[in-house]
This record gives sequence, C-alpha cells and structure tokens, in this order.
Amino acid sequence: MIKLFKNFTKKDLLIILICIILVFFQVFLELRLPDYMSEITKLIQTDNSTMEEIIKQGSFMLLCAFGSLATAIFVGYFAANVSSSFSMSIRKLIFDKVSKFSTAEMKKFRTSSLITRTTNDVGQLEMLIAMGLQAFIKAPIMAVWAISKILNKSIELSTLTGGCVILLLTTVIVLMIIVLPRFSIVQKLIDKVNSVTRENLTGIRVIRAFNAEKFQEKRFEEVNNKLTNTQLFNQRCFAILNPIMNIVMYGLTLGIYFIGAYLIEKASMTDKITLFSDMVVFSSYGMQVIMSFLMLAMIFMMIPRANISAKRINEVLLEKLSITDGKLDGSNSRESGTVEFRNVSFKYPDADEYLLKNISFKVNKGETIAFIGSTGSGKSTLINLVPRFYDATEGEVLVDGINVKDYKQSSLNNKLGYVPQKAFMFTATVSENVAYGENGKEEITKAKIKKAIDVAQGTEFVSNMENTYDSHIARGGTNVSGGQKQRLAIARAIARDPEIYIFDDSFSALDFKTDALLRKELKRYTKNATSMIVAQRIGTIINADKIVVLDKGECVGIGNHKELLKSCEVYKEIALSQLSKEELENA
Amino acid sequence: MPRPGPRGRAPEKSKDFKGAIKKLFSSLKKWHLLLSISIFLAMVSAILALIAPNKLSDLTDTITKGISPNTKKLTEITTKISKSMNNQDNMAKKIPQIMTSNSISNEDKLQFQEVINKISSNSINKEEIVSLIPDSVMLILLDDIKVDGTLINSKDQLECLKILNSIKNEKDSNKMISSLDKLPKSIYNIVKPKINLEKVKSIGLLLVFLYLCSAVFSYIQGFLLCTVSNNFARDLRTKITLKINKLPLRYFDNNETGDILSRVTNDVDSIAMNMNQSMGTLVTSITLLIGSIIMMFYTDWIMALTAIVSSLFGFFLMFIILTKSQKYFNQKQIELGKLNGHIEEIYSGHNIVKVYNGTKTASKEFDLYNKNLYTYNKKSQFLSGLMHPIMGFIGNFGYVAVCIVGALLTMNNIISFGVIVAFMIYVRMFSNSLSQIAQAMTGLQSSAAAGERVFEFLDEEEMSNQKSIKKSLDRNKTKGNIEFKNVKFSYNDDRVIINDFNAKAKSGEKIAIVGPTGAGKTTMVNLLMKFYEISDGEILIDGISTKDLTRENIHDLFVMVLQDTWLFDGTIRDNIKFNKKDVSDEEIWKALKTVGVDHFVKTLPGGLDAVLSDNDSISQGQKQLLTIARGMIEDAPFLILDEATSNVDTRTEELVQKAMDKLTVGKTSFIIAHRLSTIKNADLILVMKDGNIIETGNHNQLMKKKGFYADLYNSQFEL
Repeated sequence: MIKLFKNFTKKDLLIILICIILVFFQVFLELRLPDYMSEITKLIQTDNSTMEEIIKQGSFMLLCAFGSLATAIFVGYFAANVSSSFSMSIRKLIFDKVSKFSTAEMKKFRTSSLITRTTNDVGQLEMLIAMGLQAFIKAPIMAVWAISKILNKSIELSTLTGGCVILLLTTVIVLMIIVLPRFSIVQKLIDKVNSVTRENLTGIRVIRAFNAEKFQEKRFEEVNNKLTNTQLFNQRCFAILNPIMNIVMYGLTLGIYFIGAYLIEKASMTDKITLFSDMVVFSSYGMQVIMSFLMLAMIFMMIPRANISAKRINEVLLEKLSITDGKLDGSNSRESGTVEFRNVSFKYPDADEYLLKNISFKVNKGETIAFIGSTGSGKSTLINLVPRFYDATEGEVLVDGINVKDYKQSSLNNKLGYVPQKAFMFTATVSENVAYGENGKEEITKAKIKKAIDVAQGTEFVSNMENTYDSHIARGGTNVSGGQKQRLAIARAIARDPEIYIFDDSFSALDFKTDALLRKELKRYTKNATSMIVAQRIGTIINADKIVVLDKGECVGIGNHKELLKSCEVYKEIALSQLSKEELENA
Repeated sequence: MPRPGPRGRAPEKSKDFKGAIKKLFSSLKKWHLLLSISIFLAMVSAILALIAPNKLSDLTDTITKGISPNTKKLTEITTKISKSMNNQDNMAKKIPQIMTSNSISNEDKLQFQEVINKISSNSINKEEIVSLIPDSVMLILLDDIKVDGTLINSKDQLECLKILNSIKNEKDSNKMISSLDKLPKSIYNIVKPKINLEKVKSIGLLLVFLYLCSAVFSYIQGFLLCTVSNNFARDLRTKITLKINKLPLRYFDNNETGDILSRVTNDVDSIAMNMNQSMGTLVTSITLLIGSIIMMFYTDWIMALTAIVSSLFGFFLMFIILTKSQKYFNQKQIELGKLNGHIEEIYSGHNIVKVYNGTKTASKEFDLYNKNLYTYNKKSQFLSGLMHPIMGFIGNFGYVAVCIVGALLTMNNIISFGVIVAFMIYVRMFSNSLSQIAQAMTGLQSSAAAGERVFEFLDEEEMSNQKSIKKSLDRNKTKGNIEFKNVKFSYNDDRVIINDFNAKAKSGEKIAIVGPTGAGKTTMVNLLMKFYEISDGEILIDGISTKDLTRENIHDLFVMVLQDTWLFDGTIRDNIKFNKKDVSDEEIWKALKTVGVDHFVKTLPGGLDAVLSDNDSISQGQKQLLTIARGMIEDAPFLILDEATSNVDTRTEELVQKAMDKLTVGKTSFIIAHRLSTIKNADLILVMKDGNIIETGNHNQLMKKKGFYADLYNSQFEL
C-alpha cells in the first residue's frame, strides 16, 4: 500500500499536510466544546451569574461548533480532491500498464480480474484515503487529546472510561475473529449461488431435455441453505454489537454520575462544585474517547481489505513485461511481404512442455500459407508469434527479413492485418469498427471502408441494417450474428491495407458458400499481400501455395495439397475425415 | 459486473414505491408474527431508552441538591447564637459568674468590663462585641443550643462565629466555601451538603435495569429481524430458481443471463440487507422520534420548541444538500458505467487493440472517461462527506440552544438543572432519529426498486398448464416414428420462422438437417422437444400428437447433445450421471471410452472424482466429448445432435461419429451439422432455407439434383 501512496504528487502531499493541520484545529475546536459546556453548566449552577455570561459562553461554543463544521467541510473538500485524483491517476497507471501487456500477461491475470483491479480495487483505496484523511488523522488526535484532558481529573472516572473502551474493543475484536473468516465463506457461497444459477440459465435446454429440473433445484437448494445459514450466523453475531455499544455508552454516562455522586459526597466543600462540573465534562469527553477508539477500530477493519486491493494493483503495476519494444521501424528492410520462421520453438514461461518444436518455413510476397492440424496441435500459437502476442522461446521469427523483436511494435503492426478466431466488435458504428486503429498511413476513407466490407461479403447485410454503415454495434456485438461479426472483422483487416494477412481460423462461422466467395474476392483484391491462414476445413486451404501440417507442436509436412496427400499421413487422415477420396482427387 | 460498494451506490428509485413495498410486505406473510414481535420489541426498547434520560435527570437533580452547603441551617444556627448573645438579661445574669470565675484571667475580666461599659454607653456596634470579648468569657456567655436535635456547645459556637466573621468581607466564593470546611464538627455536620445516596442508588439500579432490558429487547429484535430477512431472501432465491424452470424457453432467448443472475443475487441481497437494516431502524427511530417529542413537551414545552426548531433548521440544510448530491451520485454511477464498459471492451479486445495500433486512441478515450468520473466522483464524495459534520453541528447547535434557553429558565426557577441534562439527551435523540429515518427511507427505496425487479420476474407468464394431458408414451415401448405435419411456427405472428414443414422419419433412420444460418434448423429441434409450442400443424410421435403429451414425457424419449458444452461445477462422475440414478462406474468408463476421453480422465487427479470448474484447462473439444458421453448414458429411443461435434477436430469427430453410429442403431436420430462430411451417410437429408424445406433426399440424390445442397457442398472446394 505504501508503494502506491508514493504516487501522490507534491501538491497532494501539501494538501494532505494542510488536512492534518486542519484536523488538529478541528479537534482543538471540538474538544473546546465540552469546556464550554462545563462553563455553561457552572454558570447555571452558580446563583449570581448573569444571563449575558451564559449567552456569551453559548455563542463561543456555537462558534467553535461552526468552526469545526467549517474545517470539516474544508477537509472533506480536500480529501475528496486528493482521493479522487489519486484514484484517477492509479486507474490511468493500471490502464496504461495493461495496454503494454502481452497475451501472456493477459492470460495470467484474466480480463475479468484486470477489470476489477482497475475499478473496484482502486475504489477500495480511494475510500480508504477519503475516509482516512478525515477519520484516520482525526481519531488518534482526538483520542490522545481527549484522554489527556480527562486523565488528571479523576482516577476513578478515568478507570471507568478505560474499562468501557476495553469492553467495547474486546467485543469488536471477538466479533471480528468469529465473523471475519465467515465473510469470505459468504463471498464464496454467493459466487456458488451465482454459478449454479448461471448453470441453470445457460444449460436450460440440456436440463429440460434431461428432465433434470428437480436435480438442479436440489443442487441450488443446497448452496442456498448454506448461504442463508452462514449469513444468518454472521448477522446474528453482529446484531449483538448495537445493543452492547448502547449499553457501554449509556452505561458510561450512568457510571460517571453514579461514581461521581459518591465522590462528591466524600469530598470537602471546596471540591464539590469542581467535582460536579468535572463529572459533567467527563461524561462528554469519555464519550469522545470511546468514539475515537471505535473509529480507529473501524479503520483497522478497513485496512486489511484495502491492503489486499493495493497488493492486487501492485501485482499489475510491477508485472514484468514479457514483450519489449524494439527500435527498427522496418523502412529500410531488404525484403517485403515475407514471413520466415527459423527453428522456432515455443513454450509458456512456466510450462515444462514445448507447444511448438523446431518450426522452419518461409512465405514470400503474394503467397498464401495455411496451417492445419487437430485441436491442440499449436496452429494458433504459431500464428500468434508473428504479431508478438508471445515471443518465440527459441529460434527467430522474421518479418521482411527483420526479427520481430527488433521492430517497434507499432511499425510491425502496421504491416499486419490480423483477424482472430473470435471476431471482436467495439461499441461503435460499423464504419468505425472497420476503420479501427492506425496503420501509419493516411486515414481510412469512406470509400475504402465500403470496398473492404464489399470484399468481406458484408455489403448485403450492412445495407440491410437500419443506418447501414453508420449503424451502431451493441456491446460485444450482440446485435450482429457470428458470421456477420467475422465478416466485419475481416473487413477491418482489409481496410488496413497490410502487407501480411493473418487469419486465425477466421472463416469458421461462415457457411461454405460465403467462405468460398469471400476468399475468392480477397485473393483478387490482395494480389500482392501475403496470407497466413489457420483453418479446420480442408476446403478453406486446399488451394494454398504452402500448407504446414502440425501435429502435437511439430511440423509433420510442408507442401501443397497434392504433395501432402501423397507424402503426409496426418494430412491425408484429416482430409479423408472431411471429404471422400474422389472428392479430394477431383479438387 | 462486480457489485458496487455501499458508499458509491446511488439509491435506486422504484417505479411504484408504494406498490412495491405493499407487495414486499404481503409476500412476507409467513413471517408476519415474527415481524410483529420484532417491531413490538423495537418499540419497547425504544421507549425504555426514552424513559432513561428522564431518570438520568432525576439522578442529576439528586446530586445537584447535595453540592451546595445548607445555608439555611447555617443562618438558623447563627441567628440562634446571636439571639442568646443579644439577650441582655441573660448576659446580666452571667456577669457575676464571669467575674468570679477562676478560670478567667484578670486581663480578660478587665477587657470584658470595658466591653460592658461600652455597651451601656452604646458606643459599640453589635458585630464588634464578639471580636472584643475574650474567648474565655465568650465560652461562658454562650449557652449550648440545639439545632435539629444536635447539641452545639459554646466552644463550637465560638469557633463558628469567628469563621463567619473572618469571611464577612471575603469576595472570593471559593475561599468562602473552603473556610466552611473548618467549621466545628457539630455544626459542619448540620450545614454540610448531603447527597441522598439511597436515592442515587435506587435510580442507578433502575437505570441499569432499563438499559439492560432495552439492550436485551433490541438484541432479540435484531435476531428475529435477521432471521426473517435471511429466510425471506432464501425463499425468494428458491422461488426464482423454480420460476426459471417454469418459464418458456422463449423468455431466455429475449432476456440476458446477466440480468436474471443479478436478480437472484444482487437484488435479493439488496432486499434482505436493506430490510434487515432499515426495518429495525425505521421502527426504532419513529418510536424514538415520536417519543422524544412527547417527552420533551411533557417535560417542558419551551425547551421542547427550542430543541425541535433548532434541529429542524439543520435538517432543512441537509435536505438541500441531499437533493443536490443525488444528482452527482447518479451522474457518477453513469460515468463509472461508461468507464467500466470502455475498460471491459479494451481489455477483452486486447489483441485487436494492440495489433491495430489502437492503444493511443483507447488511452485518449480512457482519459476522457477517467476525467469525467473524477469530476463527479469528487463532487459526490465531497457532498456525501458533508453529512456527518453537518449532523454533528446540528447536534451541537441544538445543544447550545437548549443550554441557553435552559439556563434562562433555570435562573428564573422555572425548571431545574436536571431538565437541561435530560434535554441535552432528548435533542440528540430527536436529531439522530430524524437522520436515521432519512437513511432508512433511502434503504427502503432501493429495497423497493430491487423488489420490483424480482417480482416482475416472478410474475412472468409461465408455460402452459399440462394438467389436462392424459396420454403418455413409455420410452421402452416407443417404436420411434416421427411425423411433421404442416408444422408452422412464428414468434409473434408477423415473423414466420417455420412455414409448412412436412417430413417423416421412420424408426431407426438418421435424419440430417442442413442449411445456412438462420434457416430454422435449431428451431425445428426446439419444436420437436416442445421447447416452443407449434403455431399450427402437429408433430406426431408414434402417431400421437406432441400436443397430447407432457413436456417431461417427450424429454424422456429424447437424448439431446448440443453445441454449447454445458457441464456443471461438480465431479466428472456427477456430470456424466447427471440426474440419472443407478449408473455404475463401468458404464461411465464405457461411455468415456467410446468418445475417446477415458485416457484424458484417467490423467486428471481423482479420475472420475475430478471436479470440473470454470477456469480449468479442459478444452472445448474435451468438454464436448464429455457431453456426448453424458448423452450416451441417457439411453432413449430418439437422439438429437445439434452441432454436437462442432468444437472437435475432424479426425476426432470421425471417431466419435463412428461410435455414435453404433450407438444409434435402432434409434431415430436427428443431426444438425455445419460440416457436411458429418452427414453424408444420413438416410434423409432435409435442406432448409428461410424456414422451408427446399430439398430432400440422401446425399447422392441431392448431389445429382445439382440444387442448393450440391451448391453448398461444392463451395467447399472453391477458392
């Protein structure tokens, strides 16, 4: 947490200092209040005091109260400022850091966790600072000051107050020890209730088809009961806090008066009146002491939670980037449109087994290279090494004859047009989605967008949309079908005018006909561009210049369709599982 | 979406607050008794807390009475003394006794003689007499007197007179009082202030009793209330789960999972939490508010008005701030939502953002949202932070007002000091309960909003009643013939999905349905399974219309494997068995072997007992194979495979397909597939387009036709 607080600017620190001074002043004013109270009490008690005197003291007291309110407002204003700007800058730090992450880091943290870290966890810290600047500074000052004020007045009453504080703190601590571990259980059970309900909803057709409604209801009842019982236990424990707090506070007042009565009775005439006014003061200072200790206890309850959040944020901020930027922008490369793998092997940083072993191939300008293999053979992993989602563990990946690690990432990206397996849509218009990003050239024109969509076989459905090219695409692209999303994603790559296209199984949601048509158009439009295609369907890749057959991370064959059919057993098996012998030969 | 913390949450507004609250309470019927007890206890404990300040003021009064010396008695004593002194006859009588006394020195006698002379010549005032007469003479002059039954001897009287004389001209009241401490014991005991300790004790005990009772009642109240609210929440959750199973499938097509999920957890939680907190507070606060008003007026009406008016002034201020901050809170929630949405999009599209060099734009957009959030965050935080200090000020303001007015009244002897002490507590009680009512109302408000959403879901129209259905088919005796007769289906009359569908499947046949996306393939399955109700025409199973069969009966006849790989959070064994009872491990292993995942399952820690959870590294393909194994265990006359092998690579698919073919011998099966290779050996292929069957036949027949199917098939080889 301390590490994060280093992000405070000098201005923030100055404001915090001002806050501390203001809080001192505020505590000073607030602790003057009981003094005025006792003064007023004394005046009322004494027969010959005048009304003016009382009003004078009263207005002093009111002035103090108002002063305390005013300082509180200032502190509140500063605190809101500091905490909000702190959270803003931390959010920005996290966001920028995540922007630099590679796929490895994204996978490690998982998207959902990164989102909570950027918003909720930062929110936790913000709350701590906002509350802290007010309560955390105030409580100790208040406690010490208030204690010092009553300490010399009466040993008996001080002991009583101390006892009350101890009683209250013990209750809170015992409660925390009992209840806190159960809080995390509750959180888990809520997740469980959530997950069973999610199962019920996502699997509704399966559940109904298997007549398993009762089965699932029983599973839900189990977690539901567990959740209810745990929560019931927690809340029943917590219900005791309020009555005990009341008893202690009222009890303290009563105790002070009660003990006070005996003390006064025993005291000499001189001390009686002083004792009495002391007693009145004590009842309010004692309350202050108890209150500030309670406040401290509350803050200490908040700190562990905020600390966890701080840790989670630091994990992100201190994460070592596995991909660093190179220096070259590729303007003076000797080749263009080529991709070469030289003895490339790859494994995840903390894994034992290699996902890719010793892969070598080269594809030249204008050629199409395809990758095929069963699930888990490493096709996608291979293709992901080109845009540097990961870096090769061994060997080199060269684009235009330059190692991808030596490029500036933006320069490398300008050469690439990548289409993922799962098409991704932004909440923006169709045009904005297609023209997304920067390609280091001039801005993408309307005409180009139209052309790209046309090549991607999207003109028909886009022109049927309500606002055609300006139609809004909903969050996650829920208002377009899978096939439509895929076509827009392809159009996005086309609009970029890249040297090298990378299609990671990007035709899977298209029916055969559209798939064929799209590829035909694409070929015509991108004559000079190099294409790298990962595919499941033989039909998609049958006409590629080179096909790389992968099996368990190893290259078991390179060649065109006809060659592979003869030479590569794995390729033959895959092909035969999709098409008959005659069909394969006729193709 | 992660749940927002209580601080950042703007109170939500319900559409119909009254209606929602009414509904909420009527659905609490089961617990009305417990609730009434709890409300009653809350009131009793509040009333006890109300009586207490009154008693406390009695206590203070008792103590106050015992502080100042009993000046009346002191005056009484001095008058008695001076009376005996000034009695001339008495003095005359005493003179011979003094003059003859041996214990008095001659000088004293002489001095006394002088004083007497002065008295007779009246050249001395009375006060001086005492100081001039020597002590030894005074002792004889003074008679013993009796005050309140205590005998005060002449020596004590003399001492008292001396002390009083010494402070006659004293201005400092402290010195005056401290000299009183030196009074001789007999007098001091009479004059000394006395606190009625007996009374203090009895009031103290009564207060302890009151506080304890109040605490016990308030605990029982809290205990009952959280019991009710948690059980209520449990019931609501159960109701929602049961409701999910009663709703037509259509409902889930149109509503998002996340929305229903948030009703089960967030909304129900919010109802329970707010109920737990607000209800107790509301009852207690209202009782306290009314009680404190009554008690204040009962004690003293001027003070009561002072307290109420001064507090209300503060609340007016708070109300203005509250309404203003509400706006910022809502705006903050909106900005937070925007920022969240942006982050979610950029993070989940991380690859695309990076490769397309969109980082800069994303960062710029982020800054904009971030800045906006900052602005409203700051404002709402500042304003909400004001509440507490203002509350404190209101309290102090009321306090001062009460003190000043109280002092004025005390001085004029209209009220006692104890009343002020009581009012110091009343005024806090009054302002606290007012602000707590305000808080409880916002709690109740969001409770109502959440309740509205939950009840809206519970009130959704359910699937048609099946009570009148008498016919049924036994899965063991079903032959396996299915006929679609003029089947029509549309969602809302206007958009026809299936238009006059006719087909026949004989026992043991393999029927494939192909066609482009949106042709209505999956809808056909949904109709067959009676997930959707047919608009017109009928589907006959062994000659019986599905309209005359219950949904459960139809489901019982079908095995269904779907594209989405639905597995629940549980062991592999439980997932394969699912709701079927008496499945031996051998049968499970056999099914796993058939789909080729037996080896994989064996490598998992625990084998069949390995738990499948969300973030496991089991691939989609493996999951799909597990769901196929589950389907195999469930042995039924009909089989539906809806894109069941779409996530499995083609080689594995072929293996599975072969196993399935063995399994489907004698079963009528329906297969929907994207990959045409999967269905080439089907007995009948139905080619669908726009809700109609446009071609039928087996693969060879259709290829010869050179129609839509052939076109679709051949497009695989084009480039």
